Order: sequence, then C-alpha cells, then structure tokens
Amino acid sequence: MTAQTFNRMTPYMFLIPAAVTMGIALLYPLGYMIYGSFRDWDPSQNISETEFVGLKNYITLFFDPAFHESLSVTLIFAFTVVVAEMLIGVGLALLLDRNIRGISVLRTLFILPMMIAPVVVGLMWRYMYHPTVGTFNRTLKSLGFEGIDWLGQHALLSVIIADIWQWTPFILILSLAALQSLPASALEAARIDGATTWQQIWHIKLPLMMPVLVVTALLRLIDAFKVLEVILVMTEGGPGLSTEIVALRISRTATEFRELGTAAAMSNYLLLLLLFLTMAMFAISRIQEARAARLARQIEEESG
Amino acid sequence: MPEIRLSKLTKRYGAVEVLHGIDLEMAENEFTVLVGPSGCGKSTTLRMVAGLETVSGGEIFIGGNPVSHLDPKDRGLAMVFQDYALYPHMDVAHNISFALRLQRRPKAEIEAKVREVAEVVGLTEFLHRKPGALSGGQRQRVAMARALAKDSDIFLFDEPLSNLDAKLRGQMRAELALMQQRVRKNMIYVTHDQVEAMTLADRIVVMHGGHIQQQGTPETLFKQPANRFVAGFLGSPPMNFLEAELISEGDTLFARGEGFSVAIPAERSRTLQSRNGSVILGIRPSDLNYDQDAPENEAIDLRVIVSEYVGAQSVLLCSCGNSNVTVELKSETPIALGETLRFAIRPEGIHLFDQESTAAL
Ligand SMILES: Nc1ncnc2c1ncn2[C@@H]1O[C@H](COP(=O)(O)OP(=O)(O)OP(=O)(O)O)[C@@H](O)[C@H]1O
Ligand SMILES: [Mg+2]
Repeated sequence: MTAQTFNRMTPYMFLIPAAVTMGIALLYPLGYMIYGSFRDWDPSQNISETEFVGLKNYITLFFDPAFHESLSVTLIFAFTVVVAEMLIGVGLALLLDRNIRGISVLRTLFILPMMIAPVVVGLMWRYMYHPTVGTFNRTLKSLGFEGIDWLGQHALLSVIIADIWQWTPFILILSLAALQSLPASALEAARIDGATTWQQIWHIKLPLMMPVLVVTALLRLIDAFKVLEVILVMTEGGPGLSTEIVALRISRTATEFRELGTAAAMSNYLLLLLLFLTMAMFAISRIQEARAARLARQIEEESG
Repeated sequence: MPEIRLSKLTKRYGAVEVLHGIDLEMAENEFTVLVGPSGCGKSTTLRMVAGLETVSGGEIFIGGNPVSHLDPKDRGLAMVFQDYALYPHMDVAHNISFALRLQRRPKAEIEAKVREVAEVVGLTEFLHRKPGALSGGQRQRVAMARALAKDSDIFLFDEPLSNLDAKLRGQMRAELALMQQRVRKNMIYVTHDQVEAMTLADRIVVMHGGHIQQQGTPETLFKQPANRFVAGFLGSPPMNFLEAELISEGDTLFARGEGFSVAIPAERSRTLQSRNGSVILGIRPSDLNYDQDAPENEAIDLRVIVSEYVGAQSVLLCSCGNSNVTVELKSETPIALGETLRFAIRPEGIHLFDQESTAAL
C-alpha cells in the first residue's frame, strides 16, 4: 500500500467502528425480519428449526380481510390526522405569528402536548373519554346533554382527536419557523400593492411556506403510519377491529396468534409503504435543491 | 394629485427617538428628494409615509387628510424598496401585475400594462423569469416596474438605483426624469447619491440625525446652505472649511486665519458688521481659481501636498496653515508637489458659519 492510498483510506478506517455498529444494530434485525417473513415460524421455535414457505405469508396477508381492515384503518387514521393537523397547525401559526405581548408564553403552551410521553397521552385521554367519570361526558351531562360513547361507537374518531391534540404542535412550530423566515419586505410590498390579510396569506405566505409544509406533512404522515402506544393504551385496537392500526395488528399477530412469519411479512409491507413515502420526501427536497442550483447557474452564466 | 404634508412627525423605537419632529410640505406633483448620511432616518420617514411604520407623534396629511391611521393599501401609493422586496415565487410578469390582479382589472389591460412598463425599464426578455434568476440590477428594475404599473398618485423610492452600474444608473436616472415630466406625480425619493439628488429633485431635503437640516431647490441648497452640515454634504469635492476671525480694518471686513486674510465683499459685510470674533470660512473647490496674479486679500495661498489625476481635472490636496484645502485644477497646468500656488476666491463663493451653532451667517 502506497502512502497516498493509505492517506486516502484513513478517513474510512476511522468510520469502520461506527459502520460496523450501525450495520449490526440496523441491518441485523432488518435481515432477520425479512428472513423470518419467508418462514412458518412459531415463537416457541428456534428460527433454524422453522420451515421455508416462500411467499405464502405475503400471499395470505394479501387476501386477508382482517389485514385489509387494519390497513384501511391505518390509512384513514394517517390521512385524516395529517390533513387536520396541517390545517389547524398552519392556521394557528398564521394567528400566532405576530409580536404581541404574551405571545411567546402562548406558543410554549401550544407546544406542550408534543413533549408528553405517548403512553401518558393515551392514559390521559382514556380517562377523559371514560363513559361515566370522564371529563368530556361529565361536562356534557352537567350541560344537560347525553354522554357520548367515545371509545366505543366513535373509537376511531376519538383516537384521531387525541392524535391531533398531540401532534398539531409539531406542525405549528415548523410553520412558525417557516413564517418567521419569510422575507419581511415582500410582505410589506404586498401590503402596499393592496393585499388584504387574507390575500397576503393566500398569495404570498402560503406559497412561500409550501416547501417546508410539504416536507412537514410527509414527516407527519410517516410518523402517523407507525403510531402505536397511544392507541394501544386507549383502545387496544377495539372495539372489534375499529381502531386496529397495522402496528397493533403486527404486535397481536406475533403475540396472540403466535405467527411470527406473518407478523414479519406485515412489517415488511408497512416498511415498503414508509420507504416509498421517505423516498418521495427525499425526491421532493432534491428537486427543490436542483431548482435552486439551476437558478444560481443561470445567473452566473449571464454575469460571466 | 394630492400634496403631502408632514407635521411634527416623530418616530420612537422603544426609548430611542430616531426622528425628532419632521416638518415638511411637498407641493402637488413635486419631486422631493431626501438625502442624508446613512442612519439619518430617510427610510424611516419614507416608510411612515407609506404606512409601514407606525407614527409615534405628529401627523401625515395627504391631500389635506390625516392618514396615519390608514393601512398602506388605503393610501394610494407605490413604493420601490431598498432591498427590492420582490415576490420570490412569482415570475417577473406576475410581480409587476400583482397589484393589478388584486384589483381584478381585465386581463387584456393587465397584459398591456405589463408589456408597457417592462419596455420602459428594459425587462421585456425576462418577463418569465423568477427573481431568483435575475441579477441585482435586473431585480431593481423589476421593483421599479412593479411600482410604475400601479398608476398611483404618489411614488416612494428608497434608493432605487443604488445597485445599478454607473451606465445603467445614468439611463434609469434620465428615464425617471423623463417619466416625472410625462406623468407629473408626487414622488419622494431617498438617496445618498448627490448627483441623483441634484438632477432629479424639485426640492431637496437634507436630513441629519433625525432632523431636517434644510430644504429647498437644489440651487438654493447649493448656493445658500443653511449650515455647515448642508454645505459640506452637497457638492463634490466637498466644501473646504477654515477657522477664521472676523476683523474690521477701516471700511473693510476681513476673515483672517492662519495663512490667509480674505476681504468680505462690501454688500455682505454690512450685515456682518456687528459680529466680530471666531467664524468658519467655507469655500467650495469650484470657487477657487488658480491665479498667481490675484490681489492678496481676494485670494489664498496654498501649498500642494497631493495631486490626484481624475481626467481633465486634477484634484489637489493642499495645506494652508494647519488646515487642508482641496482645489481643482486643469490637468495640463504644470505644478510641482510642495509648490505654493495662489488661488483667487470668487466673491459669491465665500460662506461664513457660526463657530458654535454652525448656522450660516
Ligand atoms: N426597527 C428598528 N429598531 C430600532 N432602531 C431602528 C429600527 N429601524 C431603524 N432604526 C434606527 O433608525 C435610524 C434611522 O434608520 P433609517 O433606516 O431610516 O436610516 P436611513 O437614513 O434610511 O439610512 P441608509 O441610508 O443607511 O438606508 C437608524 O439610526 C437606525 O438604527
Ligand atoms: Mg435607508
């Protein structure tokens, strides 16, 4: 090895320990899961004793109505919460983006729900939704209304509300940051050009925030597909399958039905979905970067 | 076309007052230029007229009506910002037509207007570019075009030409002057370029430290500066200042300092008769003419220290006693560094300022 190649290799040698650790911590379980998804695997068995079944687990799932149900619950849940959170979060950000006294206290308060551990959030909401002693129904009854069967008949709506409560702040802070980095003078120019508050939001603020908003929404979507703890604590997927999101079904398939292979296959389906979303997100930010770079080049060519 | 009046206008940021009672009357269709050193409050004044800054005290009248409670959009004005303030996500055509589109004007009218103003500022080929893909000068022209497209009664300009190269700046200046003659609108123009101020202005307002120092036509300000600041601010190279004593000898009043003794013209000396003692003598380089044969009490003797060649003229930095004096001289005049030359002073070119208040005498 010449001194030169040695020098070139040095940084990579320093990376080896980290790469190995990462490889083991990330790739080993992933590989284990993929491997397991092709096998008929009971938790009592050692994986080497299991039988290879090819794509059977994937095919079974593909035609399994219960899996379809939980996939559609997940999709409904994820898209509903993201749309609602985006609308509320961006709306609140537009309201809170001003310099009045006390606004920073208000902002801190709004951000609190995000800081609470998901299990605690689940317990808290389960208590508030309780049919007889819960906060909501007691309030409704004291106002003379009927109580609502929150976690029974309206379970999906109830968990959606809880998720919106917890994660809207995430959108709020990112939108606030985006708003605060908008070019102030462009907004002033819009005021002089005669734009009302609404027109400023519609024609200037939202279009300029769009790159941040798209990435924020995708991040939230990815997260919403993986949600588990809050729903587990609140409903355990019930009643029936009404709130059984995919993550929950995976854990039940593995523990209750004792079908590790099927659970692994299900995880891989979810993984594929998330991979697709993640790649969409990267693609979008790459496109944005490429556009900026192209503009910069164009200017350079002209002046040069 | 309404007249604009500022009455005892003040601006405070927290406890700091940055404008201390601006009184200003701009007649109909007047082209008013605010000049002054950086940080003197020009932009702040302009932004208060625009409605982008709140008024801390005093009032702004447009066409006789108080407007300080009105939104910018209700004041009927157009503005060109110091930092362009373009809409980054819209192409040039949409930037220019934003105000018109908000007013829901007919499409054909908007297109015609965009083409017209793009022509004026020379942007026709860039109409479909985003601001991000334009050079600084091109952006500035978009900002200009956007203001022109609005057809407002009042135009506010905050250093609109500061980022253009010398040639383009000259063109745009001429274009502005033409436009001013053609459309006759109220214009308030902030700059710290003296040439812009002198060539464009009907009225120049010189500001310093949040106060108006003097206002008037370019000629008035140049010939009769109200104080030492205005005298030193306008004109290039700037006016020379020399410490002097006023001394009467017989019928004549002399301004006498280290290395010079200049007779004050008879008509001026009458009003100055009562004053004796310390003053500041101000003479512009353009009022000093090289003339070895000039009489001693109408001239000043200067020793050349540095000569800067700037084309047809050379600018000489000279010393007179302890003070430095700048003069201009035809480049072909043969002179040597260290030589002492005599310069005749044009009688109208003698300015005297009070030593303490710095006001003109
Ligand atoms: N938001 C602010 N808070 C506090 N002080 C401010 C603020 N904006 C401006 N000032 C102060 O007000 C004074 C006037 O500022 P202004 O922008 O009007 O100057 P200017 O004459 O336009 O200068 P320039 O020629 O550099 O543009 C400055 O001293 C500046 O520091
Ligand atoms: Mg300024």
